[in-house]
Amino acid sequence: MRANVSRYDLRAPDGLTEALHLVSNGWKPLAGGTDLMVLLEAGKLAERRLAGLWKLDELRGIEVGDETITLGALTIFAELRHSPVVGLNLPLLASAAAEIGGVANQNRATLGGNLANASPAADAAPALLVYDAELEIVSLEGTRRVPYHQFHRGYKEMDLRAGELIARIHLPNGRGRWQGCWRKVATRAAQAITKVSLAAAARVEEGRIAEIRIAYGAVAPYPLRCHRMEAALRGAALPAQLPPFDELAPIDDFRSTARYRLKVARNLMETFLASLA
Amino acid sequence: MSDQVELLLQVNGAARRVEAWPLERLLDVLRHGLGLKGTKEGCGEGECGSCVVIMDGKLVVSCLVPALEADGSSITTIEGLGGEAGLDSMQQAFVDEGAAQCGFCTPGMIMAANALCQGGRTMDHASIREGLAGNLCRCTGYMKILAAVRKAGGARP
Repeated sequence: MRANVSRYDLRAPDGLTEALHLVSNGWKPLAGGTDLMVLLEAGKLAERRLAGLWKLDELRGIEVGDETITLGALTIFAELRHSPVVGLNLPLLASAAAEIGGVANQNRATLGGNLANASPAADAAPALLVYDAELEIVSLEGTRRVPYHQFHRGYKEMDLRAGELIARIHLPNGRGRWQGCWRKVATRAAQAITKVSLAAAARVEEGRIAEIRIAYGAVAPYPLRCHRMEAALRGAALPAQLPPFDELAPIDDFRSTARYRLKVARNLMETFLASLA
Repeated sequence: MSDQVELLLQVNGAARRVEAWPLERLLDVLRHGLGLKGTKEGCGEGECGSCVVIMDGKLVVSCLVPALEADGSSITTIEGLGGEAGLDSMQQAFVDEGAAQCGFCTPGMIMAANALCQGGRTMDHASIREGLAGNLCRCTGYMKILAAVRKAGGARP
């Protein structure tokens, strides 16, 4: 059933403070709209008051420091995909941005929106987990930082309180030198929603895995950083054995089955580990 | 509840005023508010590309753009291509190659193809396929569409 749009209110605050006032009064933030407008059309958008964030230029853009790269939460995937800085230093994020949807969606969808929508299949999420991203979260009370791997707590449950907005995402510079992979498996190669995804990166020294980060999409209630898998592989000599997969908790749903997802997750890991050797 | 708002848009080069609900879809503003029926609604959820238009220089799915965000923007729809003198070169290439069957996806295909060619990227086969991945056609099997875009894209500076 389509929604009656006359029942919804949408405002476009001119600045961050005005936006935070609205959000603290219960207005739902609307970034690129590629998830919320779909819910609206399906008659499933519960919040009737929305704060459109498109005028908040202070939450856009890519800043590069010696140690840190900072991405504004409203940075669109088209920009992440085509940014030479992101391609060089955050290649897994650049690859994910290129596959998140067609061009017309990459021109609208935002990084912050992808995280706050909190889909287990969010395509930017595994790369951010691999890069040890930190979220800068703002409210009228001030600013706080949350390591991204602690942000998701359950299905669509996040460490994001009423009145808060994700403002920026901070990532370490220099990880582009690690050997990494981004693999997205879906019904077709282009513009389909993920059944299983893997982002992984490792630093190899003298035939051993010195450092490693592993994150999967769509195999748990939220994008999953696999700490136990990493612990099993850290220090391992190459070619490395497959680590334990007990952190993954895939389900059967309309997009795929638990069995298929686990099988593919193992295959993707096998391919990644073979690429290191 | 909200009130309708008056939007001022540049549509296909002309200033247009139109009343809309703030969260109304740009697609509905174009089709119903402004009577521009060339932009089609396929899936209504950003998957099929039938409704793509150019907003402030960027290809967007108009079914997912709130009307209020389009206020003050410059929009090009399929009606804005070509002119008195005839068809735009991409439209002409679609005609020459027979790149339409039912024609429903054609406005979106041509808008996406034009956006692709104006990006200044190399128009090799892979980049055309990738650039049109967000546009679904259920009739042609795509080969004639790809041929049309190659023809028009290759003809551009």
